[in-house]
Amino acid sequence: MGSSVKLTQAEKGVDVKIQSIDGDELRSKLLELGLTSGSTLRILYTAPFGDPIAVDVEGFVLSLRKSEADLIRVIA
Amino acid sequence: MKIALLGNPNTGKSSVFNLLTGLRQHVGNFPGVTVEKKTGTLKINDENHTIIDFPGTYSVYPHSEDEQVVYTVLSDPSHADYPDVCVVVLDASNLRRNLFLFSQIYDLGMPVVMVLNMIDIADKQQLNISTEALQQQFPDAVIVASNARVKLGKDRILEAIVSAKKTENRALFLEEATMVAIDDKAMQEQEAEKRFAKIDALIPLAVTQKPENKTEESKSTKLDRILTHPVFGYLIFAGILLLIFQFIFSFASVPMDFIDEQFGNLADWTSQVLPEGIFNDLLTQGIIPGIGGVVIFVPQIAILFFFLAVLEETGYMARVVFIMDRLMRPFGLNGKSVVPLMSGVACAIPGVMAARTISDWKERMITIFVTPLMSCSARIPVYTLLIALVIPEEKVLGLNVQGLVLFGLYALGIVAALGVAALMKLFIRSRNKGYLLLEMPAYKAPRWGNVGITVFEKVKLFVVNAGKIILAISIILWALASYGPGNRMEDAVVAAEQYGEENNLDEEELADRIAGAQLENSYIGIMGKTIEPVISPLGYDWKMGVSLITSFAAREVFVGSLATIYSVHDDGAENKPLRKKLLKEKRADGTPVYTLATGVSLMVFYVFAMQCMATMAVVKRETGSWKWTFMQLGFFGILAYLGAFISFQLLS
Repeated sequence: MGSSVKLTQAEKGVDVKIQSIDGDELRSKLLELGLTSGSTLRILYTAPFGDPIAVDVEGFVLSLRKSEADLIRVIA
Repeated sequence: MKIALLGNPNTGKSSVFNLLTGLRQHVGNFPGVTVEKKTGTLKINDENHTIIDFPGTYSVYPHSEDEQVVYTVLSDPSHADYPDVCVVVLDASNLRRNLFLFSQIYDLGMPVVMVLNMIDIADKQQLNISTEALQQQFPDAVIVASNARVKLGKDRILEAIVSAKKTENRALFLEEATMVAIDDKAMQEQEAEKRFAKIDALIPLAVTQKPENKTEESKSTKLDRILTHPVFGYLIFAGILLLIFQFIFSFASVPMDFIDEQFGNLADWTSQVLPEGIFNDLLTQGIIPGIGGVVIFVPQIAILFFFLAVLEETGYMARVVFIMDRLMRPFGLNGKSVVPLMSGVACAIPGVMAARTISDWKERMITIFVTPLMSCSARIPVYTLLIALVIPEEKVLGLNVQGLVLFGLYALGIVAALGVAALMKLFIRSRNKGYLLLEMPAYKAPRWGNVGITVFEKVKLFVVNAGKIILAISIILWALASYGPGNRMEDAVVAAEQYGEENNLDEEELADRIAGAQLENSYIGIMGKTIEPVISPLGYDWKMGVSLITSFAAREVFVGSLATIYSVHDDGAENKPLRKKLLKEKRADGTPVYTLATGVSLMVFYVFAMQCMATMAVVKRETGSWKWTFMQLGFFGILAYLGAFISFQLLS
């Protein structure tokens, strides 16, 4: 078990597990998209300038801004 | 029976809707909100039923105005749209996320049909779905598989709708589930965690995946790497834009000229067939040209929305949003602002409406505010006339100067849009920080049926929205141009006839001269003269003033008005007689009126000014406030006036 980092600090192409999500309005929206704690994420690719990023969420591709990804803490 | 069609975005929900209803559908709004409500009729055993296509949502709990509608209707059994049966469309290749919304609706207790759509994509990804396992978890749901994109499964869905029954004491998916209050976020989050925990337990039973499943995903991701590449991504997008604009500007002119000609013929024919008089004039000078002025834009709008629909259908548009978001953000815009701004090049009306997809309030308002600054197709006739008039046909560094100026006007519009957006970003206080959460759908070949329906709907939207306003203003302007106070107009006609006799004018010249004299002494001529002191610092005289006023119907009316004022026949495409006449026009001191300074000043005015009542009406409806509408009118007016003033003073 690695230590918890922000999703933006996770390595590209590597499966990570969600530990927690900060933030208010966005938190419930992310939860409803299936980003519950323990679910698996994988950074697929980033847009030019490194923002936004595209993430695989248990089988579908979600794009989100870096500022949004910063709210997600993951365990590598 | 009332049927609700629900589901996540990108599940092929609208394909299912089109499959079930064919063209028996119509688009309106949910009462009190600007959320599109698509209603259709479907026939089961010779009985007609109503089906409503709700906005795509990931949850019954809303995060935007669109999603609010789902909650409002489903939480209130006395609501007029409360359904007898819910049909929930699921993307079979992505069951985990899709089952969340389905299970929420299942737990509401009403009859429910689960449509496992896009079963072909699931197959391709080597996903095996066990309907038995799903049925076991949702015993009261009727489960069907479909592939709506190839029209597969219509009968099965219809049968399912009939057989879906309301059950007493349904065994809920999540035992203690009840619909919680809309603002109880803590409870909603708790529920979401619990629901997904149950779904995660169900998924291994319902979906089995062959080991080689990763290949399909990586194919899509590979394509994504190219289409979102820092260099190729933008190059490909620029190439696509170029192609679209090539179609809009070059190829659309064929049907547009045809429409122009036909309406001209119709007006001529009508004026000859009907007895002379006010009704004849109203019809041939007010109503027919008014309708023509609307229909003429249909080809460009149809072409643009054809391309936008194809890009949307294939899934490419999500990638455009993805690569544009970072570039748009410094201007207070969103990656999703690209579609409204692109639409604005054809017409601001569908552009402003396309801003609905932007979930962040501030980014949506800014997008709506600046979209009319994009040079729309109604400005083209104005630009081309003025460019031909004052810009020499020369080449600089091998480039056509007239073409460069046209390009410059478009660029000026885009720069103004971005500049105003950046300015507004500083001044609008937002309730929350902007966000972009966007699903990147799998790439698919477009369904031409869906594309056709989208194009048809957008054109209808434009014709209905712009049509009634342009028509109404055309009639008002016709009346203002046809009547004057007291005997002024009659006296002017007598004077013109006298002039004609003295100078041996032929019949056509005399008729044009009389028309010009009448217009000068009509109410609108007087209005033009009244505003002359205000616009003379811009280099305009009262004749241009009249044309500016009439432009409020639609900007291209400017050309026709000038033709009338200057008493020349408007020959449509080339405007040759009008151009000749305008070039000869002199001021009181003998200098020509249409100099480079005046021409550029007018063009700049048209780039900025909010001269479109139809757009204003749509902005009012979309923002729900007159404040925004009048801020736009006033602010763009000031911008236009200052821009024109500076250009005129610099160049003269």
